[in-house]
Amino acid sequence: MLEIVVNIVFLLLSLALVLSFVRLARGPTLPDRVVALELLVSITVGFIAVHTIASERANFLDVAVVLSLTAFLAAIGFARFLERGGHRDD
Amino acid sequence: MIELFWEVVTSALLLIGGLLMLVAALGLVRMPDLLTRMHATTKAGALGGGLTVLAVAVHFGEAEIVARALAVMTFIVLTAPVAAHAIGRASYFVGVPLWEGTVKDELKGRYDAQNHQLHSSDEAAESARRPDARPPEH
Repeated sequence: MLEIVVNIVFLLLSLALVLSFVRLARGPTLPDRVVALELLVSITVGFIAVHTIASERANFLDVAVVLSLTAFLAAIGFARFLERGGHRDD
Repeated sequence: MIELFWEVVTSALLLIGGLLMLVAALGLVRMPDLLTRMHATTKAGALGGGLTVLAVAVHFGEAEIVARALAVMTFIVLTAPVAAHAIGRASYFVGVPLWEGTVKDELKGRYDAQNHQLHSSDEAAESARRPDARPPEH
């Protein structure tokens, strides 16, 4: 049963990845793209979690730790860049 | 029997997490402006990621892995609101347009565009910008 569920969840996450990539490509303003990037990373953490279960190797969890850490830093960095005089319209 | 129970729990957590991620991505594409998009992605995305990682913890059930999974979960839950707040605040200063159906913008005219400080009204912002100016006469 778990294998079927893992496949279904991989499918759902792939769909979510494609949808958030649509917003990343289209998104009219820079903050839209930052939000899309953040969701992309969050979906990727989900991917890593599902792959950890599928492959029975717990080492992949460390990748998830590092990925979520860098995503947070990137979001904060982007926000600071925007507040400290990013251009008003892009 | 007990293994089947934990397998069902893992599967349920994975499915709910994946569905929430999909809902977050759908909201990101379909919502009309930045703040409503963040409303969709921040909450559903963080919960979805947290649930999938919780599924890992339930699946393995060893102390070391559970501790790591819980660390990832707390990290996601702690950082998602902070990042969303920072991006939302920055986007307000950059001047990202709100949806045309927005009913109320309480912050309009109350932020000083120069030093990003919040004031109670337009006049207060005006006098704060020029401290030596006399208050407006009525």
